[in-house]
Amino acid sequence: MATQHSRSAARLMMAPAVTLLLGWMLVPLVMTLFFSFRTYLPLRPEVAQTWVGFDNYVRFVTSSSFWPAVVATLIIVGGVLLITLILGVILALLLDQPMWGQGAVRVLVIAPFFVMPTVSALLWKNMFMDPVNGFFAHILRALGLAPIEFLSQHSLTSIIVIVSWEWLPFATLILLTAIQSLDQEQLEAAEMDGASWPSRFIYIILPHLSRAMTVVLLIQTIFLLGIFAEIFVTTQGSFGSKTLTYLIYQRVLESQNVGLGSAGGVYAIILANIVAMFLMRIVGKNLDA
Amino acid sequence: MGQISLSNVAKRFGEVEVIPPLDLQINDGEFVVFVGPSGCGKSTLLRLIAGLEDVSSGEIVIDGTNATEMPPAKRRLAMVFQSYALYPHMSVRNNIAFPLRMAKLDKAEQDRRVSDAARVLNLTDYLDRRPGQLSGGQRQRVAIGRAIVREPAAFLFDEPLSNLDAALRVGMRLEISELHKRLKTTMIYVTHDQVEAMTMADKIVVLRAGVIEQVGSPLELYRTPRNLFVAGFIGSPKMNFLKGDEAKKHGADTIGIRPEHIVLSQEKGDWKGTVGVSEHLGSDTFFHVNSDLFDEPVTVRADGEVDLHYGAEIYLSPNTAHLHKFDAKGLRIS
Repeated sequence: MATQHSRSAARLMMAPAVTLLLGWMLVPLVMTLFFSFRTYLPLRPEVAQTWVGFDNYVRFVTSSSFWPAVVATLIIVGGVLLITLILGVILALLLDQPMWGQGAVRVLVIAPFFVMPTVSALLWKNMFMDPVNGFFAHILRALGLAPIEFLSQHSLTSIIVIVSWEWLPFATLILLTAIQSLDQEQLEAAEMDGASWPSRFIYIILPHLSRAMTVVLLIQTIFLLGIFAEIFVTTQGSFGSKTLTYLIYQRVLESQNVGLGSAGGVYAIILANIVAMFLMRIVGKNLDA
Repeated sequence: MGQISLSNVAKRFGEVEVIPPLDLQINDGEFVVFVGPSGCGKSTLLRLIAGLEDVSSGEIVIDGTNATEMPPAKRRLAMVFQSYALYPHMSVRNNIAFPLRMAKLDKAEQDRRVSDAARVLNLTDYLDRRPGQLSGGQRQRVAIGRAIVREPAAFLFDEPLSNLDAALRVGMRLEISELHKRLKTTMIYVTHDQVEAMTMADKIVVLRAGVIEQVGSPLELYRTPRNLFVAGFIGSPKMNFLKGDEAKKHGADTIGIRPEHIVLSQEKGDWKGTVGVSEHLGSDTFFHVNSDLFDEPVTVRADGEVDLHYGAEIYLSPNTAHLHKFDAKGLRIS
């Protein structure tokens, strides 16, 4: 009896939070769905709001900017994942070594994670990548080379670099804790067994890190699919750096076509859920072992 | 072959000298046990031999070649760790085959050696399982299997049984002893448990604070401990020590007598006392006897049938043939 009472009491007490969360999620979702089936052009009051069925969905996919946006999204997500995972493992291995000033170095490594995306994108744009006053431009000029206009000539690469810089600390932090949980006796046993450092890395350290790497992969993918500030601040979606998220933004706010943008939003929801499902499965498999 | 000799080997961690220079000779085929209380440097000594720690000074010679600067893999030694240190993501088969894979042996030879080792250790049915699916004893056997397949010059065991429960420990103790008889390979075994040392060793090395207190066969250490520390450490329950007048009677500063060398009587004897706590093991009973003559209660072994109650008056007579005498410095007077 007591458990049943406390259970219903617990439900009652959780209800406000759950209701709030559900409302928070459901209201925008339902509104997006609603608008995605309608023409709604707020700046053109002469166009009547009507039901248009799947027209918005068809128009969003058949638009010439759709596939380039999908490709740009995949390149950015894939590139950032690759860079953060590889560099993350290397950095974690280095930070695991005993050294002088370990605490300070670790705080410095983690620092970029605390910088807001908008701020870090601005920092990179103005301090490093600016073709006139940027740090890289100064170096190139000092070497007698022509400065590179990073954001227009190599827009995708530049965005990948900026986003990687933001997410590398996160990957490093998780991988570092994973490395620290590795049983030293396993490494010693492998050493006794005649494994060289590369073999120890491949056969002992990497398998031990695989779970942490999957977690990093999962969390980062979900966040990276929605990056916006970095593009907004740097290229404004030009020079082929328009991702799916940015395309939806443009449809809604620049073209003021709420219906079309909402249809794009629904696609994005479906895409994110597919990715999340696959990743959950991988993580689930990893956690079983 | 598995002959290991240490000469003047010392280990310092910064300012702290963990092992002052020591010499030790380990002969081919010997089962040597390093025993001592925790923190005595026995594991460090083993790790020095294995090459997992670098010696601060001195020389380690394995089979006539100077191995002091050799990396662990080149020393042809195999080690079994306290935590087993199995590779959790590999099957038992791959765990055992790992050293062979690292040595780039061909596949057929690898399979042959792995199945041989699995047969010897009763692991054949478990080859495709992961270490996480095995019991403690089975994991221990996998760790031993991984050591066997390399056909090393010597095996090093670092407290391999301390994670097992008591019953399994006795079983594994026998298995390791039997393995040694069959393989006839040198084994160095580290433990803090003097029972393991006594039952398994050909030669026991008793260590205290990095210093070798005595080296000898189990019975040598039992019969003629070189000093008070060894006398107290070897034998279970531990030896009784008496100081003062009783010791002076025998011309010593301290005398030691093992519980099994005291005759207990209810009528007459050398020392009169009262029974304190008694421990009934079935086969034997150990009585802790209090008396004004002793500083601490004296432990006496009696037959399991002897029935004495708390507070009963009894007489003890030491068997003088087994009396150990020690001088003021704690060294044995022969």
